[in-house]
Formats: sequence, structure tokens, C-alpha cells
Amino acid sequence: MPEIETHSYDVLVIGAGGAGLRAAIAARQEGLSVGIVCKSLFGKAHTVMAEGGAAASMGNVNPHDNWMVHFRDTMRGGKFLNSWRMAELHAKEAPDRVWELETYGALFDRTPEGKISQRNFGGHEYPRLAHVGDRTGLELIRTMQQKIVSLQQDDARAAGQQTGASHDKLRVFAETTITELLRDESGAVAGAFGYRREDGGLLVFRAPAVIIATGGIGKSFKVTSNSWEYTGDGHALALRAGSSLINMEFVQFHPTGMVWPPSVKGILVTESVRGDGGVLRNSEGKRFMFDYVPDVFRDQYAKTEDEGDRWYTDPDNNKRPPELLPRDEVARAINSEVKAGRGSPHGGVFLDIASRRSKEFILRRLPSMHHQFMELADVDITREPMEVGPTCHYVMGGIEVDPDTGAAARVPGLFAAGESSGGMHGSNRLGGNSLSDLLVFGRRAGLGAAEYVKGLGGNRPAVPEAQVAAAEQVALAPLQRTEGENPYALHAELQQTMNDLVGIIRNADEMQQALDRLDTLKGRAQHLAAAGDRRFNPGWHLALDLRNMLAVSECVARAALLRQESRGGHTRDDFPAMRAEWRAKNLVCTYPEGGGGHVEIVEQPMVPMREDLLALFEKKELAKYLTDAELATIPETHGGDK
Amino acid sequence: MTYDAHFRVWRGDADGGDLQDFTVEVNEGEVVLDIIHRLQATQANDLAVRWNCKAGKCGSCSAEINGRPRLMCMTRMSNFTEDETVTVTPMRTFPVMKDLVTDVSFNYVKAEQIPAFAPPEGVAPGEYRMAQVDVQRSQEFRKCIECFMCQNVCHVIRDHEENKEAFAGPRFFIRAAELDMHPLDAGTDRAEFARDAQGVGMCNITKCCTEVCPEHIKITDNAIIPMKERVVDRRYDPLTILARKVRGKK
Amino acid sequence: MTTTRSMPVGTGSPGRASIAARTLRKDNWWRAPLVTFILLAAWVIYATVRVFFQSAYFAPSEHYLSPFYSPCVTSSCQNGSAELGTWFGHFPIIIPYAIITLPFLLGFRLSCYYYRKAYYRAFWLSPPACAVAEPHGSYSGETRFPLIVQNAHRYFWMVAALISILNTWDLIQAFRPEGHAFGFGLGTFVMLVNVAMLWLYTLGCHSCRHITAGRLNHFSKHPVRYRAWTWVSWMNARHMQFAWASLATLALTDGYIALVAAKIIVDPHVSF
Repeated sequence: MPEIETHSYDVLVIGAGGAGLRAAIAARQEGLSVGIVCKSLFGKAHTVMAEGGAAASMGNVNPHDNWMVHFRDTMRGGKFLNSWRMAELHAKEAPDRVWELETYGALFDRTPEGKISQRNFGGHEYPRLAHVGDRTGLELIRTMQQKIVSLQQDDARAAGQQTGASHDKLRVFAETTITELLRDESGAVAGAFGYRREDGGLLVFRAPAVIIATGGIGKSFKVTSNSWEYTGDGHALALRAGSSLINMEFVQFHPTGMVWPPSVKGILVTESVRGDGGVLRNSEGKRFMFDYVPDVFRDQYAKTEDEGDRWYTDPDNNKRPPELLPRDEVARAINSEVKAGRGSPHGGVFLDIASRRSKEFILRRLPSMHHQFMELADVDITREPMEVGPTCHYVMGGIEVDPDTGAAARVPGLFAAGESSGGMHGSNRLGGNSLSDLLVFGRRAGLGAAEYVKGLGGNRPAVPEAQVAAAEQVALAPLQRTEGENPYALHAELQQTMNDLVGIIRNADEMQQALDRLDTLKGRAQHLAAAGDRRFNPGWHLALDLRNMLAVSECVARAALLRQESRGGHTRDDFPAMRAEWRAKNLVCTYPEGGGGHVEIVEQPMVPMREDLLALFEKKELAKYLTDAELATIPETHGGDK
Repeated sequence: MTYDAHFRVWRGDADGGDLQDFTVEVNEGEVVLDIIHRLQATQANDLAVRWNCKAGKCGSCSAEINGRPRLMCMTRMSNFTEDETVTVTPMRTFPVMKDLVTDVSFNYVKAEQIPAFAPPEGVAPGEYRMAQVDVQRSQEFRKCIECFMCQNVCHVIRDHEENKEAFAGPRFFIRAAELDMHPLDAGTDRAEFARDAQGVGMCNITKCCTEVCPEHIKITDNAIIPMKERVVDRRYDPLTILARKVRGKK
Repeated sequence: MTTTRSMPVGTGSPGRASIAARTLRKDNWWRAPLVTFILLAAWVIYATVRVFFQSAYFAPSEHYLSPFYSPCVTSSCQNGSAELGTWFGHFPIIIPYAIITLPFLLGFRLSCYYYRKAYYRAFWLSPPACAVAEPHGSYSGETRFPLIVQNAHRYFWMVAALISILNTWDLIQAFRPEGHAFGFGLGTFVMLVNVAMLWLYTLGCHSCRHITAGRLNHFSKHPVRYRAWTWVSWMNARHMQFAWASLATLALTDGYIALVAAKIIVDPHVSF
């Protein structure tokens, strides 16, 4: 095999989804050289799966909207566990980030005045999601992909080339996977180690700053809307490099995934179906969501079907229907209905838009949903209801970062953005907040990394050769075993374990069982063997990804066992209530040196919310979330926007 | 509903390879990609296949199934009878890497040659105003998931390797059309570009690109032919050439 | 467009997956080009025969003129059929009577974006069907003479549109049978359908679509042209169907009129 190939950049971005590309654009525009490592082909990242839109309070459809309303919605959606600073930055900067995309060539759907159109979504008080039909994620990824090319073309012109693009200062390494971060003696990031899928060639990237933007962890679960790449690589890389993960117990189960046929179980059915008028019914034909409005949301949702229906045309004088509650509430409600025996034939519930909207409307607003059901399930959604059920969709938890710069905790030179970072969404993410999250914090991480690199001057950390050698050994080990565990079989067992025991409804016994099984699986993973050679060998790739999935799964299970309450994407039937004393705490997951390969979880108090932000809520509402001690310090006359 | 299907899957690399026979279980509702995954998990661990979303949104799992370009994740097994042999090969227009995976870098090189969107001068971000009727033609082309099956099926390069240099292919004709029809693009003349640099004149509008498009983009009628007509305006129609001269357009 | 060469080309090029078959398609991919070939060839033969037949093209008492002979402009034209007057003397047998329109109609259909697809596939096998290798060694598409002339399609379209007006005029004449102010027969109805199909085909032309508003980038600033474009687009989406339908009605109309003119059948007719 050829020797290890080396590349040097000022900033290395791992992940070429929305967050990674936005970070790369920001860092390149700061004049730095940037390498982008992309697990798949360029432009295929999981961001393309986002359907509904990007939440930004531009106020194009309802002028009452502004960043403060968006901030409030985000905090409510996350049940106040969010990093309030991230939620603030996100709400304030999202409109600029969306508008910026238009200057890159994005074409959003328009309002009659020619502005960017915005649609309703669960948990958002006003129509807020900039969208393109139901393929907004594709628009985002393509727009930024083309912006990257445009920056490469600028570089080519600057170098005197007439046409084409230059890869000297901005290069995408497609179908390349990072398996290890490299650090110098002081613990600062020095680069990364990985392999190229095509030929199995090994690569070392020298870079003083690394931005992790690798997305989520959904492939550890059996029923998921996530693609194969979502193996928690960035989470695990950060853990192994000494950084920390927070909020890992919070995994979002999207309420509406396909349930039939079995091979497509989990594929997402966009929330826009409900935003555009679709309703959920059980086998008795009842709109059951009216029975599941929790106390914290009682005042904000309609009490009758008539009022809910009027809201679509007259939102100022009516309250929204409970189908548009945050995702965690809807997912739990569906789960309860199915358990109570009121489910659909294939174990879901009915999502009906056919009886409520015209065929033309559905085809215009939800073309890819129509296509998806027609092709995969022989269901014409303009004529019959869909069958849907919860599917693992998003992890709120992630790398602990500084809100303003995206700098990862404990490791100088490491940054993170997007789904792989934690805090922004608290215990539950609102639909539409992830695309805007990518843009806002992708840019911030790119700028943060650029500032860090400039601050280093010529003093760049060196890559220790011993780490490279160790990384090489780990990477090649599965290929060298002629006999051992089948990676596909092990993966299937892991998925089944997480799905059954750390799924949407949890309890202590099952999670303990899960941890025991994870322990066994970890042991067996030491003996993974991949048949074949290094050239494009999916068995080998999966063997390496499994290490990451196991580490992350352990974080999820341990954190979930510790948190003795139900909140957002973490529901325990042995602790069914939300408990205020748990709100003020993050659970932090690390890989301690000498910890025997086990993760460690510690409680960490959250920074209290800044007063001007606290003032955006009425005391009555805060009482639902804060502890008595916290409430005692707040005057009765406090807050609210009215 | 479960049965054993007969599959023939091309395995090999740039140096050679052949169709190999497999017998593999098929369950109700499954798609071809499910079967390929089952082969991978149980019979051929290192079978190379490219896929991501398995929902027809990313355009990664393009291949040729019984000789026709298809997304493996969107081709249901119920399209075939139980005793029918299903043949799966990599796309035959691009160099093969291994098994079902091809080297599609041709497409990325072509993408880099198209001058990017140029924002209009003097319009601040947030001030862009565009009517829905004006953006929806370009929006159709932006539905493209870059599965590259249109490129694969196009005989101009499929049957003539030597044309790859001069011909950009349907995927990039719709990109040029998208930019040319963009109401605010201040960039170069995309029609001239389509003629001179992309070789739109080589297209003989036989429409296979439109037939294979999984997004049902009307590539030929809505992009290629309009671009050909825009080329005619600039190069072949004396009246429009004259009119453009008088109006001061290039 | 092509020359033949026997080197390993196309899907056999170095680096591509080595598969010997020209195509692995198992469906009847050859059926569509074969049907196209047969139908187009049959039509061309029929039309050629009829154009040079030079009789049984006009039914004087019903006032039916075959579209293949419109306008009839030579001294050889049958009494009453030269609606636009007699512009030429007698024509030899090799020159069709409707010489001033037929070349343009032929050019219009030959350079039509739909027919190009049809005959490139069915006659030139370039390609015979999707993902089926074409038998030619090299290929330059429509970049060189003669195929570069396809770019003149819009001019053929303009003339074809004028000729459709003429066909409409012929139809109006068919409502005015000999000796009556108004009347119609089965032939009138046949001609009516034909003229409708001709208009649906002609107005659905891709060049027409470009000219109405396709060339604009701001539909919103040209609402009338945009409205016209949406109508043309509707017809354009069915261009293939109207192309075939109008071929069929042309032949049917001509055939029917021939039978009436030759007094083989009697046209059911009412006059007032």
C-alpha cells in the first residue's frame, strides 16, 4: 500500500452538510485555507433530507414576528434546557443567514410581494419557515455547494486561470472518513487522520483548527429517518480527543415516520403535512391530539376542532390546533394511542390531509411526500390517509461548545457546529430550527476557528507521529482479522438494543439492560473482521463506524439512566413528570483517561439566564419551568411581552 | 410473501469483472437496495454500493437495473415477477471504481466550469424581490438531486467517450438554464456559454434524460430546448441578432 | 452526423465496467422505434403518392379541398379549387400543385423538436432507445451542416402558422357548398377536426413557446405574454400527441376528400 498522504490546511472541516459548508465558507472568506472532509459524495449530506424549512423571524407573512418571539418558542420547545445564549444568537441571526443564501443563488418560495414565503410549523407561533416546497434541505445544500464552487472559481481567477476552479485553498475530500483527531503534547488540535473510501488510502491532515460538523447518531437506532452516515463520528471523535458531550439523553423521535412497508419504516413524513392542514386520527377516526395538550402549552393551543381549523385562515383570533405541538408531545401521543390499541393496521396512526385539502394544494405544497408515498407504499396521499409513527430523527445532545465561537470544551483548536454540537435545542428541537442552526452556528464556528488560527500566529501544533501510527493500526485492524464478528450483524444487534431499550419511552430496568448489552457488544466489537481488501469496502467502513456508534450509544444510555424526569426527547415511565430541579442541570459525558473504555457522566449546573431574556417571559409561564428558589428571586410584576 | 429471488450483480473493477449470480431472500414491500444490502450483510460483505438516504432524496444509489438506469432505493421488487432474474450493474457511462460504484468526478468537473450565480449590484441581502412565477422555472431545475442518471443515459457521452471533453450533459444544461432564467442573476450570458463551452448543440433532444429523471424534471422541454432557442436568438436568427444589436445587448 | 468505426467505444471504453452486451434491457425496447418507423414511413409513402396523384383532391359541389393541395395555384388546378388564384402555368407531373406550401410544411415537421427525437431514434438509431448503444462510431449532434439547419425551426413555424390560417380558410369554404349560402357535411366535420389538430400542433411548437414568453426572464412584468405562454405550454406538453394526431387527421382528411371527389362515396350533407 502507498504511504500515508499528507495535506495541510489552516482549518479542517469534518462534514459537508449545511453546518460544515457554512463554516468552510466563513473560514475561507476570512482568507484561510480550508479542507472539507466529506463522508459521501459532495452534495449528498443528510441536510438534503430536511424538508420543511429554515426558521427565521423575517416577519414576511406575519409582521408580528421578531427574534424575541422566536427565542421564546425555541426555549419553550426545548423545555428551558436550551443554552439560552445559543437560542438568542440563533433567533437574532437566522434572518440574515437566510437572506444571505439568496445572494448565493438560493430560490425560496415567494410571497405575493415577492419576499421569501414562510410556513407554519409545530411550536412556532407565527409562519416562520423559509421553504422551497418540501425540499428545503436540498436547496440549502445545493446553494452552499455551489457557493463553495464559486469561491474556488474566485481563487482560480485570482491565480490567473480563465475558467474552472482552484482547489489550492478550498478543497473537498469526497468519500473520505476521519477516524481520529490528532493532538500535540499540550492537548491542542494538530490535525486528523482518516481514509479514502475509493482505494482505502490513508490520509493525515495537518490543521491547527478542526471544525466538527458531522451531524447526528440516528444509525444506532433501528427505526430512523437518518442515512447511513449518521453514526455519531464527530461526537465520538470529540470524546476520544478529550472534549465533552452534553444533553445526550435527549434524542428526538419525529412523530411522523412511515410505518409500512417494513423496508421503508422510519422514512420521514414532513411536519409540513400538519403545518399545511393535515390532522392525526386514531383507528376510531378521532383527532386524538386534543386529549394530549400538556399543561405548559394549555393556553397556546385550540380546545376544539373548529377553533383549530379556523386558525389556518385567521391565526390572529384563533389558537393553533394541537397537531402542531412540539415534536416530543406529538410522538408520545402517537405512541400512547398505539399502545392503547387504537392504532392503524401497521402499528401507526393515520395522518390525513386528503380529506382536508384539495388535490392541487397537496401536489403544490407537498410534491415529494406525494411522490414518496406513491412510489414506496402505493398510497395516494391526495385520496387516502397516510400511516405514520415515531422515528428516530435528531439528537439534541452533542459536543459542548462556546455559544459565540463554537469552540469545543476542553480541547483548544476543536470547534463544532450543527447537530453534532449540543445545547442550542435543549431537550427538544423545534422543526425548522435545525436548518437555521446550521447556518448561524456553522458561520460562527468558521469565524471562531479563523480567529483562533490567526491568534496562533506561526505557532502551530505539530502532529505526533506516534498518534498517526496508532490511528493507522486501529483503522486497519478489522481488515487484518480473517475471522471474527460480522459488522453487519453487530450493527443490527446494536440498533435493536437501542430501539427497544433506550427508545421513545424509557425506564431504569431497560436502560440497565441496554448498558449490559452495550458492554457485551463493545467486547465483541474488539473482534470485528472485514472480508475483502481496502478498496471501497463497506464492511470495513461499518466496522470502523461501529466504534463510534457504541461510544455514543453508551453516552445516551448512561445519561438517560441518570436523568430522573421526563422532559422533551427524554421520556421515562418510571419518572413521568418534568422536575424543575433537573432543568438547571446538564449531564456531561466524557471519556476519562484510564476509565477502562467506559464513558463517565457528571452533572453540571447551567448558567442562569440573562435578565433581559428572562424578562421576555411572564412569571406565570416561568413558574412551569423554574424551581421555587429561582422563582423567589423574580418580582411578581415581571416580564412578558404584552 | 417472502421468496428467494435470483439476482445477477456485476462485481469487479476497472481491470475487469463480470455478472455474478446470487440467490437471496425478498420480503414484502422491499426495494432493490434492500436486497443489495441483504447480499452485503450475508453473502458479500465487501460488495461496494453507494447509498445514503434510502428515500430517493440524495441521488446516491444510481445503478442500472435490468439495463435501465434507476435509483435502487426507489425500485420496488414488486416490479418484478418472483421467477424473474434481476440484473444490477453500475452505471455504464462513468469509469467503474468497484462493483456498483462508479467514479462520477466527470460531473463535478463540469459543475466547476459553470460561472456561478452573480448577485445583482446594489441589492442588499433581504431586499431581493422576486415573483413566484419568475422563480418557478428555475425552481424546477433546482429539484435536481444529482443522481447523474441523465448524464449516464445520454448517448452523446455514453456511446462516445471522446465527447466528454466538449459536452457538459443534461444535468448541467439545466444548471445553465436555471441561472439564465434566474430573475436576478447578473452573471455572464448562459446561452452563449451553453453553446460554446457546454456543447448544447450536440444534444439531439432524444429525451432519455427526461425519461430517467427520478425528480420528473422536464429536462428536454423546459431546459434544453429553451436554451437551444436562446442560442438561436444570439447566433442563428438574423432578426433577433439585429434586434439585440440595436438594443445594445451583446 | 456520424461515420462508422470499429474501435472499442462507448460503454466498452477503457475504465468502464466490462459488460459485453449493447444493452441489458429485457423489455421490448425496440418496439417504440419500430412502430415509429413503420407509421412515419407509411405516412410519408401515402403523402408522396397523394401529392403526385394530382386528381381526386377537390370535391367541387361540397367545396372540400384536400390539405395536400392547398393552396392550389397552378393552371392545372381543377375548376374552383384555386381559391387564391392561379399564379403559375401548367405544372409538370413532378411538381406538386401546392408547391408554395408543401416545402415549408415538410421543413416545419422535419425541424420540429418532437419529430427530431422520433426520427433520430427510429431512423438513425441515435440512440434506438434509452441505454441501448447506438451503432455509430462518432457523433457531433446538431453542431454541423446539415443538422445545424434545425436552428431555423422558428421560421418554418411562422410559415406553418400562416398555412394553418389557409387551412382554416379552406374549412370556412367547406361551410359554403356550391349554390348554397351555408351547409356542411361529414367532410366538413373531418376538416374541422383536422384544422383543430393542426392548430394544436402548430401553436404548441417549442419555438412558439419561446417567442410568446419563453425568452423572457420576468414573466411578472409581461402578464399578457405570460398568459399566452401558459396556454402554449399546455399544448407543448402534448406536442407529441398533437404531432401524431395531426398526421392522422391530415391523411384521413385527404383520404376522405379523395373518396368523395372520386365519387366512390357520397358525403352525407345538409345545405341551407
